[in-house]
Amino acid sequence: MKVLVAMSGGVDSSVAAALVKESGWEVIGVTMKMWKGPGGEAPTAGCCTVADAEDARRVAAHLDIPYYVWDYTDEFMSGVVDVFIGDYLSGRTPNPCVECNRTVKFSRLLAHADALDCDAVVTGHYARITAEDGRRRLWRGVDPGKDQSYVLSMLGQDQLARLRFPVGELVKEETRRIAAELGIRTASKPDSQDICFVGRGDYRDFLAEQGVDSAPGPVLDRDGTVLGFHSGVSSFTIGQRRGLGVAVGARRYVIGIDPDTAAVTVGSAEDLEIEEAAVGGMSWVSGPVTGFLSAQYRAHGRAVMSEVSEAKGGGVRVRFSEPQRALACGQTLALYRGNEVVGGGIIESAA
Amino acid sequence: MFYLDHAASSPLRPEAWEAMAPFREEIYGNPSGGHAVSRRAKNALEDARDLAAALLNADPLEIVFTGGGTEADNLAVKGSAFAAETPGGIVTAPVEHDAVLQSARFCGEAGRRLSLVKVDRDGLIDPDEVASHVASRTGVVSIMMGNNETGVRQPVEETVRAAKASNPSVSFHTDAVQGYVSERVDVDALGVDMLSLAAHKFGGPKGVGLLYVRSGTPLQPLIHGGGQELGRRSGTHNVMAAVGMAAAMAALEEDRDRFRARTAAERDSFESTLSALVPGVVFTAAEAPRMVQTSHVRIPGVLNEVLLVRLDAAGAAASAASACQSGAATVSHVLEAMGMTPAEARECLRFSFGWSTPAGEGAAAARLVAREVEALR
Repeated sequence: MKVLVAMSGGVDSSVAAALVKESGWEVIGVTMKMWKGPGGEAPTAGCCTVADAEDARRVAAHLDIPYYVWDYTDEFMSGVVDVFIGDYLSGRTPNPCVECNRTVKFSRLLAHADALDCDAVVTGHYARITAEDGRRRLWRGVDPGKDQSYVLSMLGQDQLARLRFPVGELVKEETRRIAAELGIRTASKPDSQDICFVGRGDYRDFLAEQGVDSAPGPVLDRDGTVLGFHSGVSSFTIGQRRGLGVAVGARRYVIGIDPDTAAVTVGSAEDLEIEEAAVGGMSWVSGPVTGFLSAQYRAHGRAVMSEVSEAKGGGVRVRFSEPQRALACGQTLALYRGNEVVGGGIIESAA
Repeated sequence: MFYLDHAASSPLRPEAWEAMAPFREEIYGNPSGGHAVSRRAKNALEDARDLAAALLNADPLEIVFTGGGTEADNLAVKGSAFAAETPGGIVTAPVEHDAVLQSARFCGEAGRRLSLVKVDRDGLIDPDEVASHVASRTGVVSIMMGNNETGVRQPVEETVRAAKASNPSVSFHTDAVQGYVSERVDVDALGVDMLSLAAHKFGGPKGVGLLYVRSGTPLQPLIHGGGQELGRRSGTHNVMAAVGMAAAMAALEEDRDRFRARTAAERDSFESTLSALVPGVVFTAAEAPRMVQTSHVRIPGVLNEVLLVRLDAAGAAASAASACQSGAATVSHVLEAMGMTPAEARECLRFSFGWSTPAGEGAAAARLVAREVEALR
């Protein structure tokens, strides 16, 4: 068995590499450099820093495996960051991690694994894959606090068959303990941010840094009354309460963003409630599933019992058992049967 | 094991190693001190300087020891741009090593006038075009001798003449970090005012280099302190490394004819074998004047990052020539300036030969590369 391990420099992928190495497999370590500073230089803070690659390099040396850094900054920019910016400009709420896994990370790694005669790609994701009658099944990771199956919900059989997630069987404390026992230098390194390129700041600051200008427009009440004006649609997401720039008696939330007119509509908490969502671009782990499933539309959000039915054009209609707030178009919705991922798609409309 | 990355670094020559042996016990003093222990170090340093100067046809006082080629380039470019006696403008080419290019950009951001000349598809500059950028406000022209990625040899001599015809007081610097490996350097024959060398490219130790500075060339030091190197580069000398470098230079000069014939033969048999075995392979700037030790190739349809991993596993060390701090192959500014697309640049690899390349390695390495390319296609 020969595997390619995606090493970020963090503890999870370090331990993943260590575990496959220990099991006697031939291992090649790689870091995918996804992000660069505005001048092309490697960032010194945030994600994809030189220090992260150095950590991964040192861990690889400690494990005595060959290690390489591959530059995917251009692909990440066009496949993930531009999509992220475009989504905000059109009033959607994107999930760049899902997009990255699908369009950059796994597709490149799997193609390169083939070119390097590797049987599988190993990552440090907290999720589990099992095999049954030649089919792969995808499950939540053992640690509910770290479970990352949501961002993997759009992977299919071809990809899952060639992926391994060794730390999905562990809780985070075990991962850190194994790292410490093996003398891995990243054992106590802090967990990474959810959206790596945005870092600790607000996504609005990121858009501003990228020089993104979005259209100013009116802030409207439900009946179309103009309550005020805003300086750009990309500063708003569905469910947002702060920074609306309008003063009305009751609490107001963003309930609609119209990219064509740049109008931001605000309403009460009840106006925010969503009972049903149309999900498109479905990807199924093992073929379409309908009926009673649980639906999750945020990386660490709660899964909600729902009734899933087929819709026109290959999508599904998801009817929630209880009204949902702050659900937005552009988000990924993952469907689970118990702890098993059955598929995922992008929310196209909600009502 | 095929070591095909001499342009990144070459193994230490035995002569350099032997020259540095006394530093294990006998020589340890600070060369700037006033006693016998210091004098031993000072003598070793000045012997090294005399030797290096003689080999370059320079005066010993024109040799400034530095912490490598990058520092020498920085001193030449920034030191000229910020010298009080010069107007500070810089003329250079987009195919220069980053040590020159980023130094020039730094000076540009600090208000110095920066002009980048054009290059042709082979990465060659045109001496007359360089001269056309040289104005009364130009302080320094920096054009490299041999390109570190493609191996292309720039017409330095003609460019010096053309630039000085435009403005006789302009300083001319050449980065000879790669060029000196294959070609003897006579600073008067080249006509340059400054010239950078890095020891580890030709069998000396890493972390040491020199800048030749023609007497009378205006230069602002970058490292201030104790005033060593006539105030041009402060800091206690790396005496051992300077001695090792001078010894490697002498060994290189002694070995010059064999080196040129040997590496040219290996490079040529590498290229002819590879073109026979790999359909579609393109040798960069094959028709242009090139240094004998470098072969830069593009293999259409094969990503360099994948091929390099396969070659590494098969025991061949080569490189994509341009790498970022983290070690990732990046799209090279040199190839971009030559008009290559990013997709083409990602199909390029550099193979470089050196003093320790054994006979027959060129053809054998080409067969191995062909085998790995075959597996990928």
